[in-house]
Amino acid sequence: MGSAQVFFYIFAGLSLLFSLLVVTRRNPVHSAICLIITFFFMAGVFVLLKAELLAAVQVLVYAGGVVGLMLYVIMLVKADEASQVKQSLGQMVVAAFVALLLFLQLGAVAYIYFSGKGAGAAVAEAIRYGGNTEGIGALLYTKYLFPFEVASVLLLAAMVGAIVLAKNRLER
Amino acid sequence: MIPLSHILIYSFLMFAIGLFGALARRNVFIVLMGIELMLNAVNIAFVGFSSHLGNIAGQIMPIFVITVAAGEAAVGLAIVVAIFRNRLTVNIDSFNLLKW
Repeated sequence: MGSAQVFFYIFAGLSLLFSLLVVTRRNPVHSAICLIITFFFMAGVFVLLKAELLAAVQVLVYAGGVVGLMLYVIMLVKADEASQVKQSLGQMVVAAFVALLLFLQLGAVAYIYFSGKGAGAAVAEAIRYGGNTEGIGALLYTKYLFPFEVASVLLLAAMVGAIVLAKNRLER
Repeated sequence: MIPLSHILIYSFLMFAIGLFGALARRNVFIVLMGIELMLNAVNIAFVGFSSHLGNIAGQIMPIFVITVAAGEAAVGLAIVVAIFRNRLTVNIDSFNLLKW
C-alpha cells in the first residue's frame, strides 16, 4: 500500500465524517463550517488523483464562495429562527433507508464491475500539454468552447435572477 | 495506485449522505448543503474515472458542475431570502403556498 493510498483513505474518511456532521448538526452555522472542512479534504483527494486545478477551484469556489454566501444568508435570517426547526424521527428513518438503498445499489455495481482496477496515475493529455492546468485550459478553449460559453450565459442568468429575487419589494 | 472501486464507493457514500441531508432535514439551509454534497460526490466519480481512463475530459465536466452549483446556490439562497421575508421562517414544511 503506497503512501498515496494511505492518504486517500485518511482524506476520504475525514471528509465523510465531516459530511455526516453537516447533515446532522442542529445549528446551520456549524453545518456550514463542517461543509468547508469537507471541501478541503475533498480537495486533498483531488490532488491525490492528479487533478490539481480542480482542487484549487474546489477550495476557491466552494469553500470560499458558495459556503461563504450561505453563511451570509444564514446570518441574514434570524439566527435563533434558523436553528429552531423541529425534526421528526419518521422522516429521518425513511430518508436514511432510501439513502442506504441507493448506496447499496451503486456500491454493488462499483464492486462487481470496477474491482481490481486502479486510478491515480498521471493523465496522458496532461503530460502532452505539460501540466494539469495547461491540459484543461487547452481542451476547455478548443473542444469544449461551446459548453464554456453556455456556462458563462448561465452564470449571467443566475446572477440577474438572484438580484431580482432578493431585491426588496419596496424599492421596485 | 488507488483502487477505482474504493474511489467510487467513497463517491457513492458521499452522495448517499447528501441525499439523506436533503430528504431528512427541514432546515432549508441544510437541504441546500445536502444538494451541494451530492453535486460534489458526482465530481469525485468524474475525477476517479478521469484518472482511471487517462482522459482529461473527466476533469472538465466537474468545472461545469461547479459552475452550475454556484448558480444554483445563488438563486436558491435568493429564493430563501425572498420566502423568509414573507413567511418569517426557514422550515421547509411552511413553504407550502403552491401545494394544492
